[in-house]
Amino acid sequence: MSESAVTKGARKRLTWLGVLIIALVAIIGLGTATNAGASFAPKLALDLQGGTQIILAPVVQAGTKVTQEQLNQAVAIIRQRVDASGVSEAQINTQGNNNIVVSIPGNPDENTLKLIRSSAKLEFRPVLETSQSTSASVSTSTATPTPAASSGATLNSTPKATATATATPSASATATPAVPGVDAATQKFYDSLDCSKPFRSAGQIDDPKLPLATCDTSGYSKFVLGPVEVEGTDIADANAGTVTTSTGASTNTWAVNLNFTPAGTQKFADVTGRLFPKAAPQNQFAITLDGYVITAPTLQAVITGGNAQITGNFDKNSSKSLADQLKYGALPISFEVQSQENISATLGSEQLAMGLLAGGIGLLLVIIYSFFQYRALALVTVGSLVVAGILTYLLIAVLSWRQGYHLSLSGVAGLIVAIGITADSFIVYFERVRDELRDGRSLGAAVESGWKRAIRTILVSDGVSLLAAVVLYALTVGNVRGFAFTLGLTTLIDLAVVILFTHPMLELLAKVPFFSSGAKWSGFDAKALGLVTYAGRGSFRVAETVPAGKAAKASKEANKRQTLAERKANENTASKSESSK
Amino acid sequence: MSKFSDLGNDLYTGARSFDFVGRRKIWYSIAAVMVVLAILLPILRGGYNFGIEFKGGSEFRVAGVSSQSQQVAVDAVHSVVPNSDPLVTTVGSDSIRVQTAQLTDLKSEAVRVALAAAYKVKSSAVASSFIGANWGADVTGKAVNGLIVFIVLAAVLMALYFRTLKMSLAAVLALVHDLVITAGVYGALGFEVTPAAVIGFLTILGYSLYDTVVVFDKIRENTFEVEFSEKVTFKQQVNLAINQTLVRSINTSIVAVLPVASILFIGATILGAGTLRDISLALFIGIIVGTYSTLFIAAPVYSHFRENEPKYRKAEQKVLANA
Repeated sequence: MSESAVTKGARKRLTWLGVLIIALVAIIGLGTATNAGASFAPKLALDLQGGTQIILAPVVQAGTKVTQEQLNQAVAIIRQRVDASGVSEAQINTQGNNNIVVSIPGNPDENTLKLIRSSAKLEFRPVLETSQSTSASVSTSTATPTPAASSGATLNSTPKATATATATPSASATATPAVPGVDAATQKFYDSLDCSKPFRSAGQIDDPKLPLATCDTSGYSKFVLGPVEVEGTDIADANAGTVTTSTGASTNTWAVNLNFTPAGTQKFADVTGRLFPKAAPQNQFAITLDGYVITAPTLQAVITGGNAQITGNFDKNSSKSLADQLKYGALPISFEVQSQENISATLGSEQLAMGLLAGGIGLLLVIIYSFFQYRALALVTVGSLVVAGILTYLLIAVLSWRQGYHLSLSGVAGLIVAIGITADSFIVYFERVRDELRDGRSLGAAVESGWKRAIRTILVSDGVSLLAAVVLYALTVGNVRGFAFTLGLTTLIDLAVVILFTHPMLELLAKVPFFSSGAKWSGFDAKALGLVTYAGRGSFRVAETVPAGKAAKASKEANKRQTLAERKANENTASKSESSK
Repeated sequence: MSKFSDLGNDLYTGARSFDFVGRRKIWYSIAAVMVVLAILLPILRGGYNFGIEFKGGSEFRVAGVSSQSQQVAVDAVHSVVPNSDPLVTTVGSDSIRVQTAQLTDLKSEAVRVALAAAYKVKSSAVASSFIGANWGADVTGKAVNGLIVFIVLAAVLMALYFRTLKMSLAAVLALVHDLVITAGVYGALGFEVTPAAVIGFLTILGYSLYDTVVVFDKIRENTFEVEFSEKVTFKQQVNLAINQTLVRSINTSIVAVLPVASILFIGATILGAGTLRDISLALFIGIIVGTYSTLFIAAPVYSHFRENEPKYRKAEQKVLANA
């Protein structure tokens, strides 16, 4: 390995580093210029920019587990809801294999929060009994049937949410004869049910196989419903639209169109076939959201095609609202709020400022200590830390654009902690080079052989750090994950910097007389390193104090660990330095 | 140059040497006492002081207050919830943190408004949150899982790299020592255990082993083919390795601890209770204990594990006969 080859190799690695940095800048620059959403400022997590974070935990019956698929579906549904409410930049993620975290920047209004919190379970149950709730004093009007002759089958419903009219089609059913399928307890509960008072506990789970006594969302009517026949997940789509006549002309009547999945189509066909011939109210169908009836349309036909239409006293808004409930309410599981946190923006920015201040102080202390220990070599440390800082910043900017990474306070803490851990690999390296110098090598040779040993130590110790980061990232949740992410990222950057910057810089500096002659402030001061004999520039004799056997053993070990090519290269270097004497 | 670098040279050549391996009985005793204390003291103190994330409850933070009087907050909370027992802490120079048992949405909004009025700040300056009791437990349960998986994987990685299971065992033993003592300091002094503290605690994992690996790498180098040596014993070579890497260990630990200390300082003095303080406190204790345990536990234990292997014992007898 001739000297020029070393220099060439060093220059090459530095060039690669430059290319890497320019590429990162170019990626972000391009992303910014083309309005693709990139920015040189990394996105901040809620704890730094302020906002509301809601953690939702699934409510499941004992013994059952939530699958990842269900959770992902729930995330997609909540995301749709939040997006539909016009909130931008909301983050909805799964946390571990259980929870869903919704992070909304700024101060979301109560409606948005309600939309998220009311993540509900949608079910279709047959109506067994229904009556007006005892305390409700609402004039009941009969529903105006609007049999639309569209190609799809038609359900007729009496939406309660319209401002114009509220209707309960079978409000006359005041008597409560024994109904098959209704057990005594349910019947008793139903008889005494008062819809104006709270009767369900938060997060209550109903057994889908048992009848359910409940009220509609407006509290006007109460119902006894049969077991669940069709679930929200069986709905493929729901939308609001005006009813078209058989000739295709649009009418002014609003309706909600339902589209079932293949499995849902079958179930729905079976159940409508069974219910349709029955007498009122048992030809009615209740759609419940979190146990409350949102609508209870009367069947107009047996629906086998998988497309149904609900008509009634809808206007544009009420039909859209019901369609949204049906579509987005089709959560596979229901959730309860496990924690809700409002973080003020001022507190966040104070924390960020203080975190950065702490980072600055930490960096300064590390630099001061390096100067104290390594003199001029500390410049390499500072340079390496600056390069590491630039790389980290750019990578975080890229990741926050491409991967939606948001820098949190624990992430900032991770970055600051990383300053010390990154500087550690430089120390391992420098101390190794000093060890080699003490064994009597010239600086050039000491840098090369010190590097070969140091890089092994750095690789395995960084490997351990990376392992910790990966395991924590894969197995933990929330903030622990954010922290593990920065830890892993900085470990990789540490590796890149030490290979592409620190080592090449040291190789180049070893050529500079100030360092290679072991000047007093170079950090490789011959005297300070205990080398008693100075045998001219670039070459030392083994210091007296080193037991010869040990030195020989150390180099033997080093030789053993070298590959054949490395050994050859070293022999060449040795013969070269021999001849240069 | 500095005295410190003289020390480095003397340690490297063996002119000066600290007996880490030979006096291991002392180090073992210290470690045993520390571990027992780390387990006993928290129990005597009545268990860990868990944060609101573990107990569940409502929390309010009032920013930009002119007076940090805690009674004001207590009165404000009492005006909404008469028989509650709010916990008020000052945070930084101009913030107040109030923790109560979990309140309903309505009550919590009322407390927020009451606090804003009491401290004469805008209601937007009062942040409110509620945390279910499961949350912290969820996070920690996952973290403990991660911890166990990590220890197993790291042990395998080290066993492969060093080509001996004994180094892995010694390193893991030292790591467990670090974790137990750090947790013990938390329990004994009653520091609040928050998810952020758990994060700091987990970071010790990576750091403690990093430190151990650096020293073990040198031990491996020094003890290479030591069984053929007629001058030095296995024990002596391990001790030399610890001494030779001592300056490095001290330097890396100081450099690692400096940024952590600065976060801790800023976190504790200016920001008060919060993520930064909690992460850095656990890490601060962990790095110091980790450095100590590498020198005084991991390396002596490793020597202990191996020096009685027949080949090393035979070599040692030869060396002693030569002396």
